[in-house]
Amino acid sequence: MGPFMSPFNNLLCMLLGISFTVWFTLLLVFIIVPAIFGLSFGIRRLYMKTLLKVFEWATVRMERGAKEKKHLLYKPYSLNSIIAKEPTSLEEELKEIRRNCSSRELDGSASTTTSPSPSSSEFEMSDTFYFCRRGIESIVDDEVTKCFTAEELESWNLLTRSNNNFNHISTRLTVLWGLGVVIRYGFLLPLRMKNFLSEKVHLMCYRICVRALTAIITYHHSENKPKNGGICVANHTSPIDVIILASDGCYAMVGQIHGGLMGLIQRSMVKACPHIWFERSEVKDRHLVAKRLSNHVKDKSKLPILIFPEGTCINNTSVMMFKKGSFEIGSTVYPVAIKYDPRFGEAFWNSSKFGMVNYLLRMMSSWAIVCSVWYLPPMSRQEGEDAMQFANRVKAAIARQGGLVDLLWDGGLKRGKVKDTFKEEQQKLYSKILVGTQEVRSRS
Amino acid sequence: MGSTNSTLLKIPNVEVLMQETGFSPAHIIRLHDRFKALDKEGRGHLCPQDFGAIKELAMNPIGDRIIGAFFSPGKEMVDFHTFVKILAHFRPVDKDRPKEPNSPELINSRSNKLKFAFQLYDQDKDGKISRDELLKVLRAMLGMQVTEEQLESIADRTIQEADLDRDDAISFEEFRKSLEKVNIDHKMSIRFLR
Repeated sequence: MGPFMSPFNNLLCMLLGISFTVWFTLLLVFIIVPAIFGLSFGIRRLYMKTLLKVFEWATVRMERGAKEKKHLLYKPYSLNSIIAKEPTSLEEELKEIRRNCSSRELDGSASTTTSPSPSSSEFEMSDTFYFCRRGIESIVDDEVTKCFTAEELESWNLLTRSNNNFNHISTRLTVLWGLGVVIRYGFLLPLRMKNFLSEKVHLMCYRICVRALTAIITYHHSENKPKNGGICVANHTSPIDVIILASDGCYAMVGQIHGGLMGLIQRSMVKACPHIWFERSEVKDRHLVAKRLSNHVKDKSKLPILIFPEGTCINNTSVMMFKKGSFEIGSTVYPVAIKYDPRFGEAFWNSSKFGMVNYLLRMMSSWAIVCSVWYLPPMSRQEGEDAMQFANRVKAAIARQGGLVDLLWDGGLKRGKVKDTFKEEQQKLYSKILVGTQEVRSRS
Repeated sequence: MGSTNSTLLKIPNVEVLMQETGFSPAHIIRLHDRFKALDKEGRGHLCPQDFGAIKELAMNPIGDRIIGAFFSPGKEMVDFHTFVKILAHFRPVDKDRPKEPNSPELINSRSNKLKFAFQLYDQDKDGKISRDELLKVLRAMLGMQVTEEQLESIADRTIQEADLDRDDAISFEEFRKSLEKVNIDHKMSIRFLR
């Protein structure tokens, strides 16, 4: 068997070796040339348009195929909701229940000595129904979990990751998909790896990263770009936000020290420019943080600080509660809204699901990162406004500009438990309805 | 019924489930996705912590009682079938469905909805809501906003009104009677979208 197999083995090895070498040389040529001249803007936009056309064609093919086989193609509800939630509040519901029950009592139940008036609010056993229904509704569908799962696409962009429901429909599509895989992993990925690892100075470094990710970024209103001595706040979807913003201006970063690959990048960045890195435990000491930030801001020669007040990555369909710390410092705030186009690659980093390297791999083998950045006019805290109100005002402006949903929920809910204060709010509301009337009764 | 989606085929005994609960295939698929989203570790079943991770539920004053309703005594796991069956209690009553004389009672009948609500009160499952259990529910719903005396007076009044056989506890029948006029179907139903 030995001598019989070896000529084939040799041939195979030779073939593989040759094809590999050819492949690599081609790749090198294609890397050096773009690095010198840079992929011009025009080509990238053309690339984007072509991709979109391909996706449209793919979706049409899928729909046609699905119709033929009568498959359920899309998930039934594109808006991610399975139930229609009743918008009635606790008060309205309880009033309705009271009205029903009081009509029963007026019909003549002999046990009560004092007959309650029709609008009285006494405890009824059916009061639990409201809370019960709300609870079950939240089990079936809740806003917060939706924020932390990647957005569903209505068409398929030939990335298996975003394909949950689409099955094999036609051979042509599979071939196209296969070709896509080959291009992405064999061409785009090595291209980007090489570019990613190159060392350049600050701005150039980020610009290369931007090119590396084939990021097609549209900057709007550049006249509002953050100036020295100010704070730039933006909504947060992925670590790439940093790259995108930093390639268009110099910022001082504030953030948590990460381990691993991220940590390496952070440490190398500090050497180039004064950044402010924290241990997560230090972050808890808000005074220390605030002090360091305000010291930095006071120095007008220092770069504007870049902060993501949500505190964590959100999936880019909504904006969660801003932490008020950055808004307490008292300098001018430059809001920035970042919106990714999910058709080309899901930029959201679900850090509880994927590690950094995994995420980077996914990013680099996507088709492209297409996003829009809007620089909003600077805002400062007004008279009589506290930090929280100011934060909400900024958040609303960013949400409006980016077309994102403005939520009251705290991004910290991604990791931590719900604070008891929320439950207390509910209890307070309910007790007001009940006990308030009790006092009236005792007086009369 | 035509060709079914491949996701449906992955769920064991899905036909039986649909018949028992009355959910449509689209609903089952949606609930299955939700089940998978809640089952973060992909174990194929849910445990109390998975429910506890739902923030809106953690905020609910009787949230842990609702969670408890999913788990039979002693069990710490909920599989997809049980999950769907419990949620089926909250389907609106099918007014158009003709009542077959010998068919088993629907999960979402008025009586079963009431039974579900009853067990939220009756935690020791002895078939009666004792004064103590009533106090516990009141405490959960009102928190620290009312005094002990106020709670006791509310509990006393409620038992006085509903307890017909004077055993100082509310049985299921008494519970049912006291809620005669309440539109249970409306209060204990969730509108599932088509």
